[in-house]
Formats: sequence, structure tokens, C-alpha cells
Amino acid sequence: MAKGQSASLDRKKLFADPVMITTIAVLIAFLSLFILYPLAILLVDSVYSQESGVTAKFFSTIFGENIFAGAFFKSLIITLLAGLNAVILGQTLVKKERETDSRLIHSLCRAMPSLSLFLPLAAAAVYIDVIFDSGGVIAQFMQRAFTEDVLSCLAVVLVQQIVLVPICYRFFEDTMGGLNNPADELERKALRKKMTVRTVTFALVLFLLNFMLIVFLHARSYGKYSFIIAISNTLKVGFLVGILSAAVGLLFAYVEVYVKVRTKFMSGLFKVVSMLPVVSPPFVLSLSMIMLFGKAGIITRHLLGIYDNNVYGFWGIAIVQTMTFFPVCYMMFRGLLKNIDPSMEEAARDMGASRFKVFSSVTLPLLLPGIGNAFLVTFIESIADFANPMIIGGSYDTLATTIYLQITGAYDKNGACAMAVVLLGITMLMFMVQKYYLEKKTAATLTGKASRARMLIEDKSVTVPLTIFCCLVALFVILMYVCVPFGALFKTWGRDFTLTTKWFEQVFTRYKGLKAFQDSFVLSLISAPITALLSMIISYLVVKRKFKAKGFIEFVSMLAMAVPGTVLGIGYIRGFAGGVFHTGFLQGIYGTGVILVIVFVVRSLPTGTRSGISALRQIDKSIEESAYDMGAGSLKVFTSVTLPLIKDSFLSGLVTAFVRSITAISAIILLVTPSFLLITVQINEFAEKGSYGIACAFATILIAITYSSVLLMNLVIKFFGTSRKTKEVE
Amino acid sequence: MANRAKEPKGVKLDHISKIYQDPKTGKEFYAVHDVALDIAPGSFVTLLGPSGCGKTTTLRMIAGFESPDEGEIYLGGEPINALTPNKRDTAMVFQSYALFPHYNVFDNVAYGLRLRKAPKDEIKQRVTDILALVELSGMEQRMTNQLSGGQQQRVALARALVVEPGVLLFDEPLSNLDAKLRVQMRTEIRRIQQTLGITAIYVTHDQSEAMSISDQIILMKGGVIAQMGSPTEIYYHPVSEFVADFIGECNFLKGRAASCANGQTVVELPTGTAAVNTEKAYAYGTDCEIVVRPEAIQISDTGMLPCKVELSCFMGSYQNYHVRVGDTLVKITDNCPVNKKIYQVGDQCFISFDPACAHLL
Repeated sequence: MAKGQSASLDRKKLFADPVMITTIAVLIAFLSLFILYPLAILLVDSVYSQESGVTAKFFSTIFGENIFAGAFFKSLIITLLAGLNAVILGQTLVKKERETDSRLIHSLCRAMPSLSLFLPLAAAAVYIDVIFDSGGVIAQFMQRAFTEDVLSCLAVVLVQQIVLVPICYRFFEDTMGGLNNPADELERKALRKKMTVRTVTFALVLFLLNFMLIVFLHARSYGKYSFIIAISNTLKVGFLVGILSAAVGLLFAYVEVYVKVRTKFMSGLFKVVSMLPVVSPPFVLSLSMIMLFGKAGIITRHLLGIYDNNVYGFWGIAIVQTMTFFPVCYMMFRGLLKNIDPSMEEAARDMGASRFKVFSSVTLPLLLPGIGNAFLVTFIESIADFANPMIIGGSYDTLATTIYLQITGAYDKNGACAMAVVLLGITMLMFMVQKYYLEKKTAATLTGKASRARMLIEDKSVTVPLTIFCCLVALFVILMYVCVPFGALFKTWGRDFTLTTKWFEQVFTRYKGLKAFQDSFVLSLISAPITALLSMIISYLVVKRKFKAKGFIEFVSMLAMAVPGTVLGIGYIRGFAGGVFHTGFLQGIYGTGVILVIVFVVRSLPTGTRSGISALRQIDKSIEESAYDMGAGSLKVFTSVTLPLIKDSFLSGLVTAFVRSITAISAIILLVTPSFLLITVQINEFAEKGSYGIACAFATILIAITYSSVLLMNLVIKFFGTSRKTKEVE
Repeated sequence: MANRAKEPKGVKLDHISKIYQDPKTGKEFYAVHDVALDIAPGSFVTLLGPSGCGKTTTLRMIAGFESPDEGEIYLGGEPINALTPNKRDTAMVFQSYALFPHYNVFDNVAYGLRLRKAPKDEIKQRVTDILALVELSGMEQRMTNQLSGGQQQRVALARALVVEPGVLLFDEPLSNLDAKLRVQMRTEIRRIQQTLGITAIYVTHDQSEAMSISDQIILMKGGVIAQMGSPTEIYYHPVSEFVADFIGECNFLKGRAASCANGQTVVELPTGTAAVNTEKAYAYGTDCEIVVRPEAIQISDTGMLPCKVELSCFMGSYQNYHVRVGDTLVKITDNCPVNKKIYQVGDQCFISFDPACAHLL
């Protein structure tokens, strides 16, 4: 049975709608040109050079010469041996379990599911151990096995069996049974297909992991050390920040949803904390971290009398990034926790579980995919972060900063591109896992609505420590923000605490502050409405319409989320400096305000689209259908029904885009030309020079701008918001 | 409003099919299969069936939201397969009403007229008229969420009616209302449809709604038409067990045709014989099934078939019996039980029915 004429009819209907067709075409062109093309050119450049054709030269600048071919074959051999063996063993186990009565095999099989969850974690630990070069026993063994000869690979094959067999068992457990059951030919066909897909995925992933491991181990011996260090540094920080942010965020969310603390002070604190990521410009936390805990820091030097505290480096970045990103996790977890039906936990409690048991056996398992999700989101944000490592990293380079230094300092474009590809590879991988696996899982376990209010925990032994912890963290974060304006008001931070306005004056007199604010303001003001409208159109198309290119549009606009700003910046340099494909086409926009506006738009598009999509999902499809049915064309439906209904979301998208643009730094810093002065770039410059007073003065004004625009938005929504009138009855 | 400017249009579905893909297994299946229909202008036709039978898909294909995979749809004689919904002369009343929450009642109803660029005075006149017809005069300035469910339903109806569509489509419009209001609204819808003489296609899964409202019922199952005909035809002459069972409660007695004379067939049942009026002649020995409604069966001390009472339950207006005839469970509703003998569980008695009230499958 093939789909008959409906596809062609749908196409005809679509083509009868010129507005839709133009919109879609323009969107596809925009997305391909400004998101896909720069990334593609990076990838192409990294394996292809005009002189020598396809080459690995690019990466050899990072990893050292000629390790790719060897690594490729080694990992191929290992994958084939280990994978094949594991597949066979797994299948045999499944078969044996059905046939024999042996208790050993049965108990082994029962243990498999839990092993298959636990062992990949252990494997991940090994990888971390190796990549971070913490000198563990396993790492040393692996290094020897991988780098010496093919025979020693066999040892690795054996070791990998421990991890792989349980996974294979899980893979074939449900499908094999159906295969032996000859009832339904179609069913068996589907199962066989499922098994093939799983086996292939399994083999590919295994190969990739092995390949990565070998390349890393080789690179450690022969590669350019600074690059390898940067990669390890980035991953290290990413892991730690991911875990810390998820933990702190979860704690905050738990306290808000589960614990009885209904004082005004606390809810105010929480509100401030949840708003911070929106209005927070980059640098701010790093700046105040240095001012509070640095060599001349108020707390370290003047309170504690420590004179040589070093905030720069790993811990500095980790703490600052955790403080920056945990509110995002907090918001995510709050949404999830509110969706857990309290009666589930009450049922567990009723059956005699202690409060901790309820948390560990009901709440936590339900949250598990959500935790993974939060971890990965923060991980991506952390390794893509440019501003904080720049200021507080000191000599501790991450990928993002190395790329920047490589281009601005060493003028090594090839090296920078190769690094960008590596960084992009990592974020993309994480993004894929997060988007296509974890997000679905989260949605699957936690879609129900809470049936009624939750009995809050009043037990003092639980509430007091949790509350105190959250208060301390929140106050700490707020303190860090408050520190910035004061930094701009004191004469010399750390020495002379007399109040002065000289920094603010200098901003406007000596350092062309007015022009900087004007440029930033105007460019952001131009890009904000474009972003907001574009994201609303994209979300409308994605949620409400059916057409072929829909998947493409959705994927690419979300993809921008996974692309670190630095990578995008490099991509634009590679892609547009000589025009598109070095033809000179569109070369004119390079180095002008146009490309800056485009970068602003691309960088803010995913957030806007995301909120647009969730706002539109709330609206019953039939409302638009009825307008359509009544005779309205696509444009009319969008302007007369859709847009008014999501006015709130549109307005907040507008302001978010504005704030994100005016505080953007990572991509912009690579593309900005001297004819434009941008606030964030200025802050970066002064902070690097160590002129914290000026940097703080700039930052203070920036915070004032972002904060007041958010306030303005809330006011506007309150008074002109659509839906207040229409929503209140429900 | 009584003199409409436009004539109602007929709808013809020329063997249309719609194929969907199961999102889980990826298997394709017919959501609607080879549905052929000819709906006369001005008639009220109901698509009835259990959920998943393809009735809503059929309706959405007529409106243009879905495209048929096979066949052609004609509206007023014109093929409309390639037309987008906004170019079709149809108006739909949605299950969730789909009122625009940011408009008041007047603007909601005027929406379609404004799209057609009608002059302001005319819009005002026509909206006022139509609101009077659905008995909502004076509510023009209300926001839609300040209305009750029934009133929202009327606004949705007025909004569809005011553009004078060639065909009016209803997608389970009453399923969100409470039982009492549902009965009231369906008479209302029927009244308005008759006043305007408009063609209406109505989707529902509620058989009593379908019976009370339509000129013609199209009963669907699994994407195909199970039977079409007037409500009485479908009730008294179902063509299959499914139809008989879906429209009201029904008893099935399996037996074999014994003799056939004068338009009456005598059926041999395991526990006796029964006569049924039939149009066609059944050959001796054919396996057949007597279809008889619970209210058509009498229970008494003497009669055609012996039985044993298994349940006897007083329901107010009737006495509800379940009796065992041979192996078959037979349901009986005995109306006005006040002065009749009430049989208790375990009693042995007889059932009988009028040959004209039964039907042979």
C-alpha cells in the first residue's frame, strides 16, 4: 500500500499559497546560509585543502602527524573483535536463558539489566580518567595497550567485553523472543530491522569511542600539547560544572517545590536567582569573583588576610560557571518536579517508605532523564562559554579561549578552525544525545499533571539545612552581582575605598562610552524584532503546519543552540571573508553591521523558537483551522489569530533577544571591526588589562540596561498583555 | 435570514481513501477506505461510528485539512481536491468550538464576513440577525470566555452560519456539553438547519444524537461504510451484527431457516421456533440470526421460547431482565411494569415477539 495522491495534493495546496512558499523558501535560505553553511565550510576546510586534496593535515596540527590511519585501523580491529564477540555472547545468553535451567545463567541474566546501566558509567569514568590524564592505573594500562602494538589490543578487547556483553544482552533481550515466534511475518521483519539498526548503531558508537580514545592516547604522546591540554581542560570544567549546576539546581527546585518555606524573603530570593541568567551579562561573575577573592579581593585580603589567593584557573572557572548556569537547571527541575503527581509519593510513603527512601526510589528515578538533560545542557553551555574563562581562566585555557587567542594572537587560522571543529563535534554529540534521547525520555516519564497540591515537608531537620544552604548560595550570587556597581564606585579596588564617579566619567570622556552604548544598543535593537518575528514564524510553521522541509527548519534552528559562539564566529570568518564559497558573493556584509546583526539573530533564535513552540503548543490547533476554514489565508491566520494569541511570548522573545544580543560576546568578538565599539567587547578589553574600575562601570551600565528592559517588558505585558483577559477564566 | 442568498450545495465523495502511518510500527493502514457518498443539497447527514472509524478524517477531508489518497471530492458538482481549506465553500463547527479568545462575540462571528470584505453595515446587520437566530442577542460585546459552554457552542455555530457556506460541517460539536444541554442543542441545530435549508454533515459517536437529528445516517467502521440509510432503516433493518449492536441494544438468536412463506420465515432455534418477517426468501437450512430489540420482546408464562430469568432489575420506567434462552443471553426491557407480573431470578418463563418487530440476518 503506497500513499496515493495525498502527497501531491498537499504539495498542490502548499503551492497555492504563495505567502507560505515564500516564507519557507526565505527561511530555508537564511538558515542554510547563516547556520549550516559556515559550519559546513569549517568541516570541509578541516579535511580538504586546495593543494593536496583530502587530507588530515588540519587535525594533525592538533593531534600530531599520521596518527589517524593507525588509529583508524586499530579501532576498526578492536571494534570488530570486541563488538562481534559481544554480540554473539549476548545472543547466546538470551538463547540460553530460554533453554537451560542452570541457576548460574539465570542469575547472570537477571543481573544484566542493572549491569548494563552501571558499566557504561564505569566505562565513562575510564574515559574521563584517560582524557584527563589523572594517571590512574587503567589509564596507564590503556595507554600501553593502545599505543604499542596490535596484539596488545586483544587485551583491550577482553576488557571491553565486560562492558559490552550486558549491553548486547539488553539489545537482544526483547527482540530475540519475537524472532523465535514464527506467528507474524511482518512482526518478525520489523524486529529483524530493529535488531540490525541496533547492531549498526552499537558498532558505530563503539568504533567512535575507540577511535577517540586511541587518538587521544596517541596525541598525548606525539601531539601539540597545548591543544590537548585545552581539550582536557574544557571537558574537565564541563563535567564538573555540569554536575555541580545540576546538583545545586535540583536542590533549589526541591526546596521550592517540596519544602515549606513560605516566607516572602525566600520566595524573593528564588525569584531573583531565577531571573539572573536572563539579565546576566557575561564577565560579571568573573569580575566580581576576582574582586572578592582575588589577590586584592575584599574577602580574601581584607576579611581573611590571605594575600596570595589564586582565583584564576580551574576552580575559578568552575565556580563562576556553576553560579552562572545553575539557575537554568533550577528552572528546568522546577518544571519537572511540579509535574510529578504527589499521590505517587504519598503511595510510597503510605506503604512505609521513609522520606529519603521516597526520594531515592520514586522521585529520583522519575527525574533521572531530567538530570541527564540538565547536566548535558549545562555541559554544552560550559564548554561553549567564552567570557568567563577569558577573564578568570588565567593560564588555564579552554577550547573557546584557545580558538580566540589562536586567531587574534597567533594568526593561526588553520589551527583555530581545527579546534573549532573539535569543539563543535563535542557539543553536537552532547546536543544530539540531549535532544533526541533524553528530552524524549523526560517527556515520557513526566507528562502528567499534578492532580492536587503537595503536602509540603515541614520536618525541621530537613527544612532548616536545605533552606540555609539555598539562602547562602542565593545570597552569594546576589553579593557577586552587587559587587560590580561598587567596583565602579571605589577609587582603587582593594586599596582605596573612597567613593568616586571617575570611572563612570572616564567611560564617557576617555573611552568613547557613548559610542559603545549607542552601537550595542542600535545593533541589538535592530536584531531583536527580527529575531522575535523569525522565531515566532518558525515555531508557527513547526507546530501548526505540515510540509516537507519542516524537519529541516526545526532541526537547523535548534542546532544553533549547540553551536558555540566561537565556532560560529570562526565559521563566519571562513565562510564570508572571501564571500560565499570564496566567490565574492555577499562579501560586502563581512566586517559591517549587517553581519553583526545576523550573528545576533542566529545566536538568539533557538531560545526564541523554543519559547514560541511551547507557547503555540498550548493553543488548540482547531482555533487556527477554523480561521483557515473561514477563508483566511496563511498570512491572515498568522497575523489575526496566531500572533495575538502568543503576544506575551512574542514580547518576551523580543526582550530576551535584545538582552541576549546586547550581552553577546563569543561570536561577536571575532567579527567586530574597529568601526563598531560594543560594550561587551570593551568590558573584555578592560578586564583583561586589569582596569577593573572601567570594566565595572561598563558592566554596571549594561546591567542597568538589561534589567530595565526586562522590567519594561513585564510592565508592558501586565498592561497590554493579550491573554490576561482571555486566560483568566480557565 | 430566512431568504438565503445562496443555494445549499451537494457533496459527493467519489470512492475516497486516506492512508495513515502508524507512528509506532510505521505500518500503513487505511483510515478511510473507498468511501462513496452522495449527499443531496439541503439534507442533514450524520457520520456515525465508534472512535477511530474514520468519520472525523472524512469530515476533515471535505473541509480540506487532509488530502485523500484516492478518489475525488465534489462540492456542488466541482472537484475540490486541490483546493486549500480557505478556498472551499465549507464552514466547520469544531469539537472544542475553536472560538478566538482574543475577540468578543461580535468579532468572532464577523470574522468570516470581514475576510470577504463585506461592507460594514452589512456585517453589522448579518451578525445581528444570525445572533438572533441562535438566541444570543445582546451578548455581542462579551468575551468568549465569559460565556457558558452552550453559549460558546452557539457562537461557533453562528460564526459558521454567517458566511452562508455551501456545506456546514460539524465535528462532534456537542461532546463537551452536559447531557441535558446536549439534547437541547441538538434540537436547536436541527431547527436552524431546517430554517436555513442548509446542507449539513455531522460527525458524532452518539447514536441517539444521530438518530434524532439526521435525514440520513452513515454508519462507519474501520474506515469503511457499514451501512447508510434513514434512522428508521438503520434501526429496524441493520445489515450486520455490528450495525444492530451499535445502534441501540440488541439480541441475537442463532438458528436455521426452516420454512419460508408469505414474506415470513420460520427459524428453528435450539429451544423452539420463531417467525420473522423477511423480504427475501431463505433456503431451507440456511444459518441465520434473528435480530430483535429488547423492547420488542414480551416476557410471560406462555409463549414461543422457554427461558430462565438471570437478572431482574427495576429501572423506574421499565423492568430490566436478562434471561437465558438455550445458551444465549437475551436482554428484555419491559415497559410500564406497574401492573405486570414481575419475574424473579430463577423463574422459568417464556418469551415471544412480533414477527414484524424482528429482523433476520
